[in-house]
Amino acid sequence: MSKEEKNANRRDFLFTASYTVGAVGLGAVVWPLIDQMNPDKAQKALATTEVDISQIEPGKSITVLWRGKPVFLKRRTEEEIAEARAVRMDDLPDPQKDEERVKEGKDEWLVMLGVCTHLGCVPLKDKGDYNGWFCPCHGSHYDVSGRVRKGPAPTNMEIPKFEFVDNNTIKIG
Amino acid sequence: MSDHEYQPKSKAGKWFNDRLPLLTLGAHLTDYPTPKNLNYWWTFGGILTFCLITQIVTGIVLAMHYVAHADLAFGSVEHIMRNVNYGWLIRYIHSNGASMFFLAVYIHIFRSLFYGSYKSPREIIWILGLLIYLLMMAAAFLGYVLPWGQMSFWGATVITNLFSAIPLVGESITTWLWGAYSVDNPTLNRFFSLHYLFPFLILGLVVLHIWALHIPGNNNPVGIDIKKPSKDTVPFHPYITIKDAFALLMFMIIFAGFVFFSPNVLGHSDNYIPANPLVTPAHIVPEWYLLPFYAILRSVPDKLGGVILMFGAIFILFVLPWLDTSKVRSAVFRPIYRQFYWIFVIDVLMLGYMGAMPAEGIYLVLARVGTIYYFLHFLVVIPLVGFFEKTDPIPMSISEPVLSGGAEPSLAKKDNEKI
Repeated sequence: MSKEEKNANRRDFLFTASYTVGAVGLGAVVWPLIDQMNPDKAQKALATTEVDISQIEPGKSITVLWRGKPVFLKRRTEEEIAEARAVRMDDLPDPQKDEERVKEGKDEWLVMLGVCTHLGCVPLKDKGDYNGWFCPCHGSHYDVSGRVRKGPAPTNMEIPKFEFVDNNTIKIG
Repeated sequence: MSDHEYQPKSKAGKWFNDRLPLLTLGAHLTDYPTPKNLNYWWTFGGILTFCLITQIVTGIVLAMHYVAHADLAFGSVEHIMRNVNYGWLIRYIHSNGASMFFLAVYIHIFRSLFYGSYKSPREIIWILGLLIYLLMMAAAFLGYVLPWGQMSFWGATVITNLFSAIPLVGESITTWLWGAYSVDNPTLNRFFSLHYLFPFLILGLVVLHIWALHIPGNNNPVGIDIKKPSKDTVPFHPYITIKDAFALLMFMIIFAGFVFFSPNVLGHSDNYIPANPLVTPAHIVPEWYLLPFYAILRSVPDKLGGVILMFGAIFILFVLPWLDTSKVRSAVFRPIYRQFYWIFVIDVLMLGYMGAMPAEGIYLVLARVGTIYYFLHFLVVIPLVGFFEKTDPIPMSISEPVLSGGAEPSLAKKDNEKI
């Protein structure tokens, strides 16, 4: 009796151990098959873009491609900055001060991903109810700071990592 | 069923069949006892099989000329249209074939809803069918991306971004789906690979769908269980094959009408503009067969909520057999359900129309009403109607109302009117 019990336990242990090793092995085989779909080295290598901003007049903006996504670079006028900073935080679905969305001392430069945070369309400039951007796909309105004001977009347009290399050049990424 | 007694006549046939009973399978499919009162709504299974084979054959041919690369895809599709012998025909059959496939599958699904074909004991057939439908939508979406036009690109962007609504892991999932930081060449490449795979997965599910069907046998317009084989059944061949063939010919006339006379009417002209990641078309819409779900997505003013409701609209169909409390299958004998059925049909058509319109003003309001009703239909109307409805008397057999003059004359009349 006790011997049989012992054998059963030993067999249980062998089963459990085999299944565990099998599961680990299966996971080790499956992971490369899943991870191969993540961005490859060539994609990651495109991670920075340098932009010459010397030609942009106040009030104008340009769009550049970074990692396959459009980036808006807007040189804002004094009035536009003032307008962005006058907005009450209570009016924002995703409250964020305009100061937090620009580099200190470079307040006129708004650099952000031109990608609607709803489902990824490119919003149109100088459109919508808030003097900023309007997404034609599902009707999200953004203000002059790129913050969402109305519509299905959950968050403000994203500010990518960027820096001023010199007064005329911005490096995105 | 007499399958087990089947013996091939020839010696060679018997030798083969003892080793692989394919001839038994063939005999089973030929003799398969089918309700004798099946109407033309039952011919869409055969039509759908035809659609699947058409898509696979034309697709394999197109893949011989298509190039799955962001710089070359658009040009290679134009190359197919202009240079490849009969390339225009094959591509138009393939692109319109997708629409025809969905037209047939919607009729097939709504047939099930009317005659209660999803109810016990056919739940697994229903669920397998819904899985096929899901794979069809995925395959159609993947295929629509391949020409790499503006609608391809932005459709892919919007649909893949649906996954970014998932809390915490959403962004990682979309990046993983793209293989890049936006919809780009790696995305196109893998979409092509998967677009080639899915039809064969569908084919496998179709085999299971038919296998599961052949266990209880077909439902029928009267919706009653029948004895098989009996005076209520006819052998599948030649009775059903000839009826299916006639319906298929009618269907092919419509199909050919689209292919030869208005091959682009179901598409969107923006997809003849090469993909441009800097400009979103002013008005992006999915293909017509996805519009009701698109309307549901847009009717919710919240990103995650919209995505949940859109997928919920499909997944609620999976539990329909358990939401329906009525034991009577066919709507022919369900006077109340029958009315709600038609309201539901109108609701879905209205949602489809709203999905094609801009999401503002009255369209948005109607889309919201339609969305709410869609879910009410499944969650409230169907359970309650099954509970409270007084159904009409059901015949004992298909032949009864005809042969015996009907135990219930009023019933026989009703039957004739409807079927």
